[in-house]
Amino acid sequence: MTGLAFLIPVALGLGLLGLAGFFWSIKNGQFDDADGAAMRILIDEEDSL
Amino acid sequence: MTAPTRNQAAIALPTADFAVPAMRCAGCIAKLESGLALQSGIVNARVNFTAKRVTISHLPEMTLPQLVAAIANVGFEAIPLSESGVEDENRDAQRLLKALAVAGFAMMNIMLLSVSVWSGATGVTRDLFHWLSAMIALPTVAYAGRVFFRSAWGALRKGHTNMDVPISIGVTLTTALSLYETFTHGPHAYFDGVVMLLFFLLTGRWLDAVMRDRARDGVSALLKQRASGAMVLHADGQSTWIEAKGLKPGMVMLVAAGERLAADGILTEGCSSFDLSLLTGETAPQSVIAGSIVHAGTLNLDAPVHIEVTATGADTAIADIARLMEQATQSKSHYVRIADRAARYYAPAVHSLAAASFLGWMAVGASWHESLLICVAVLIITCPCALGLAVPAAQIVVAGSLMRAGILVKDGSALERLAEVDLAMFDKTGTLTLGRPMPDNLDQATDAQKAILLALTRASRHPLSEGIRRTLEIEGVKAASVGHVREVAGAGIYATVDGQPVSLGRPDRDIAHDGLASQLQVEGQDAFVVHLSDQLRPEAAACVTALARLGISSSILSGDRAESVAPIARSLKMTAQTSMQPQDKLDAIARQTAAGHKVLMVGDGLNDGPALAAGHASIAPASASDAGQNAADLVFLGDSLSPVATAIRAARKTQKIVRQNFMLAIGYNILAVPLAISGTVTPLIAAAAMSGSSLVVVANALRLKNAASAR
Repeated sequence: MTGLAFLIPVALGLGLLGLAGFFWSIKNGQFDDADGAAMRILIDEEDSL
Repeated sequence: MTAPTRNQAAIALPTADFAVPAMRCAGCIAKLESGLALQSGIVNARVNFTAKRVTISHLPEMTLPQLVAAIANVGFEAIPLSESGVEDENRDAQRLLKALAVAGFAMMNIMLLSVSVWSGATGVTRDLFHWLSAMIALPTVAYAGRVFFRSAWGALRKGHTNMDVPISIGVTLTTALSLYETFTHGPHAYFDGVVMLLFFLLTGRWLDAVMRDRARDGVSALLKQRASGAMVLHADGQSTWIEAKGLKPGMVMLVAAGERLAADGILTEGCSSFDLSLLTGETAPQSVIAGSIVHAGTLNLDAPVHIEVTATGADTAIADIARLMEQATQSKSHYVRIADRAARYYAPAVHSLAAASFLGWMAVGASWHESLLICVAVLIITCPCALGLAVPAAQIVVAGSLMRAGILVKDGSALERLAEVDLAMFDKTGTLTLGRPMPDNLDQATDAQKAILLALTRASRHPLSEGIRRTLEIEGVKAASVGHVREVAGAGIYATVDGQPVSLGRPDRDIAHDGLASQLQVEGQDAFVVHLSDQLRPEAAACVTALARLGISSSILSGDRAESVAPIARSLKMTAQTSMQPQDKLDAIARQTAAGHKVLMVGDGLNDGPALAAGHASIAPASASDAGQNAADLVFLGDSLSPVATAIRAARKTQKIVRQNFMLAIGYNILAVPLAISGTVTPLIAAAAMSGSSLVVVANALRLKNAASAR
């Protein structure tokens, strides 16, 4: 039973971490241009120099 | 190159948004971003591919037309976007997404704890788990439930009820009772049920908001802010670009050929012809001379003119139409969405059922605590979880399918209304027809003539050239190499091919059938006259037939003269009313509505704006005026008219699926409610039933994925 005292806070903490990460990414505009993000990986950066 | 821009970036630079509908690939993003940054005056450009937009931060001295020209230099056509309320609306979806994420997190963790309770945890462990669940659930309900509480409170205060009232009552009562159970070491707490309920309902709300945003992004990328200003000639002979809202009566605008007017005025210098089709629906251009009165929104066709502004903004002829539109829109806001209509019957039924089971159990001698538990079980089982998902899930799936087919749906209620229409009214110019002059007799031209035509039209900005160029480009004609190109306003375009002078311009003799025409003159050859006319959209006839098969009869409401409407009405076998003012179109729709018809209005022009707003549902082509696109419920891309029939078919299919979903949700209630009333429902059964019914409803909605393509 003492295992619970560790495991439950760990489980909740990890969940909260994920939630915080999600909130951060929304606020940071990571979801503003989902299609564009998929395209940008194809851009050859060296061309722009 | 980077050093000066860094210095500039220290002060806050102005930014401007542009829609660039033509961007299609990663190459376009790279070309726009790196290409624009190299242009003088532009500090930084950032592309939003999803919304097809570019945000440019630029030096303060750059004007809008200069920025548009800069984008044109990189090879894209750009349309300046005014700062609209789009951002705020986006936040609406974002707020829902945040609430959804919180509810999802809470649901998973509470479920984790609940599973241990269901699998037999007792005593202190169960209490501990209940307490933990309560600690997660209470803030979640407070945060994620706000949307429902606020809307329910709003409805109650006005003395009526909506879907959110039973939800709010169910959620609050269940949370309170579960808390009491936790305090008194009871065996059952419904925290998982409450949070799961919020999660599913928020999913529905979020889908609804996403659909609205996506369509709005699509539409605003198309909105052409034509004539958002004008070149104004000052007393000292200088001319500057002034935006539409800065124009004042008395100013003199320089209007080039191919430009739209930004304000009403009187022509003071030059003579030209004006295309009034946006305002009146009339196709034949009207010739204007000094002293003629011209209106905002009309297009200057031939030659540059000077126009003295007489009225701006709210005083223009366009503003009158806008006022009519506003009035017409109000009638549409009375439409009650299907989910709310269902809730009108559902909410009282559920509440009386819950109250009856409470009183019933009290009457047969159960304690008030037991009776309340059963009452809560009834509330949670009947909570319109599947109902809340049934409509938005089906509508977003179908909107996605329609979007792939080139049809943008403004919101969910548009689909519901579209499914009900039984009468279609079409505008002529720009709706049944393409609204731009297309050449009729290019097949009679020789290959050499075609090559020269293409080369000349490419160099010209005249609207007649546009149609010829497009047709030739589609045919795959190769342009001849021309030299010494010069365009003489009002006369034509002159150049040389292999040293021979060639020209394309006004025909020397009057054309017999009073149509639009352009004459190609090559030295030493007979002149070739290209006749142009406004042609029917492809598949216009097929669309009318398809509508008839759906039980929808069609007619024409046109602002054009009877002579020009008649051939089109004859070829499509439709009845037509002609020479109609915007108010007449509005009245025609009102008459049909009074006769019990649900009218679908299909139109594009400014003059159709009020009618589009008044119709039970309305569709506009993407080539429509801003006003037309704003007023319409759906906007379709491309030239073909067939999307009208496709959209109606898809809307009807959606309604069928929505009704099936309602039946599924009600069927589930009929099965589960007796269990709840008899007091045999545990939190485990409630959770299983709730998620099960939601999944079934979503799966059923997914069947609509190809609604826009399948016949």
